[in-house]
Amino acid sequence: MTVTVERHGGPTVRKDHRPDRPHSGGPRTPYVLYLLPGVLAFLAVVVVPFLMNTGVSFTDWQGVGSPKWSGLANYRELVDDDEFWASFRHSLFMVVAMAVVPTALGLVLAAALFDYIGKHFGGRIAAVLRACFYLPQVLPVAVAGIVWSWILAPDNGSLNELLKAAGLGSWQQDWLGDPDIALYSVMGVMVWVQLGFPLVVFMAGLQRVDPQLYEAAELDGAGWWRRFRHITLPQIRPETQVVLTWCTIAALKVFGAVYVLTKGGPGGATDVPSYFSFATFFEKTQVGYGAAISTVLTAIILVLSLVGLRLQTRAEDAEEGIRS
Amino acid sequence: MTTALRRWPVLVALCIAALFMVVPFLIVAVNAVKSPAEYSANGPLSLPDGFYTDGITSFWERVDYGQKLVNSLLISSAVAVLGVALSVLNAYAIGIGRIKGRTWVLAFFVLANMLPQEALVYPVYYLSKEAGLYDTRLSVIIVFTVLQAAFGTYLLSSVLGHFPREVIEAARIDGANSWQVLWRIVVPISRPTLGVLLVFFFVWTWNEFLLPLVMLVSNDNQTVSVALGVLQGQRLMDATMTNAAALLGVLPAIVFFLVFQRTLTRGIAVGAVR
Repeated sequence: MTVTVERHGGPTVRKDHRPDRPHSGGPRTPYVLYLLPGVLAFLAVVVVPFLMNTGVSFTDWQGVGSPKWSGLANYRELVDDDEFWASFRHSLFMVVAMAVVPTALGLVLAAALFDYIGKHFGGRIAAVLRACFYLPQVLPVAVAGIVWSWILAPDNGSLNELLKAAGLGSWQQDWLGDPDIALYSVMGVMVWVQLGFPLVVFMAGLQRVDPQLYEAAELDGAGWWRRFRHITLPQIRPETQVVLTWCTIAALKVFGAVYVLTKGGPGGATDVPSYFSFATFFEKTQVGYGAAISTVLTAIILVLSLVGLRLQTRAEDAEEGIRS
Repeated sequence: MTTALRRWPVLVALCIAALFMVVPFLIVAVNAVKSPAEYSANGPLSLPDGFYTDGITSFWERVDYGQKLVNSLLISSAVAVLGVALSVLNAYAIGIGRIKGRTWVLAFFVLANMLPQEALVYPVYYLSKEAGLYDTRLSVIIVFTVLQAAFGTYLLSSVLGHFPREVIEAARIDGANSWQVLWRIVVPISRPTLGVLLVFFFVWTWNEFLLPLVMLVSNDNQTVSVALGVLQGQRLMDATMTNAAALLGVLPAIVFFLVFQRTLTRGIAVGAVR
């Protein structure tokens, strides 16, 4: 299911054998020219801004006038900034909520839907249930934020009303306004948002697992849990790695949900690096400092991406030829 | 018999879990059609007595929601088409042209795709002001065309890398140049994958938040996501209005979901992972 990065070994047939190019002549466009628009566009929108951002992180700049070179001052300030460390600590919570929990739940749910519901109750029911789990994924995060901040509202919010109706009035909370709870509330919302993605990927992955494996295990008397552990998990390991990597990166980048649900509050209790840098850029207009925050975030994400890509290529080397 | 009895709890448990995923949508729909009086009398959990649409219409008019929909549609469609076009050109050079150093070129696109937007947002904001493109829909279209094409190039390069070479060679022998091969052969044959990409780019751009929030400040240019997010951030909405906003935000997503469901799930199966 994963995208094979053409890397290992290259093409199997006739490498560098382009029968028509060198000899036949004629007005032919070299292939490199097709890359021209892409390269120019990427220079303007990605490379130049990225280099500017990195450059600005070594300066003192308010967004107007010319930046003053300040060397590593911003980074030195970051090291002592509690807000900065708190935002990255919250990032780890987001990794749990957006990568670890959805992947674990997604594995169990995908296996249950595919191997249990699909077999005993038919594929239609499994497909409908899958659609329900996937639905939050297509929702703009701003809209998800509106829905949940209303459900979690302290007065008249649906969750508190529900608790009261169930006779659990003492459990009512100011879910997003209490600094001790807000982070966990945001995490809960993120699990809801994210769950559909691993589920759908895993269910697609399960389709390429040989059903005979399951049948043989069943004949040998292996129960559902043992089949899950010894067949499902090893068989869809490549998918699991990809999903974990992508979800971790998504968790480090999370912005919209925090902006809409809590704006990093109360009192910075749900601040995350992307929101922190956004606020530093556009509210405090300390552009140099904001650039330093985003540069650190970028470095972390790029390292994680490279590790993830390596895992992926290694998994693909091991699994060569399965995907279509 | 006993196994049949043991099967049901699993189904029931999964149905309850699925219900939990869908319940927020239902609550929003139910409350969006309640009048404020009814809402304050009965709270959010009661079923509506009638069908009250004033909340929705007044919200629609107040934020000029039609304009927001047009903006979102315009931006997302333009990005989808242009992003796919740019991805095809890049991937043609990498996957079929097999240009020199393609591994590095591809690695560059992959890294560009991973880059957090936070590392681009301020310079993009600054440069677009310099270029006179700040607060225009065009600026957002340009930026997202490129960002989405990073992913598209990555996906398509691997797809085109497996393109049957015989087909291309046959066309070349018949005298087609590389441009004709691209438009008459590669694009038509890859249409299913391009369709998946088109849908993904559209939905992703529709849902984008940070860059449009920064780039589109005036009411006339804002997208649905930004308009709703900003309203929510100002904490000025009462319960009925919040529900109207949420419902109007949810509806397009559900429409896309129903229209594109098969493409979306199949697309993920192809490896469109993000």
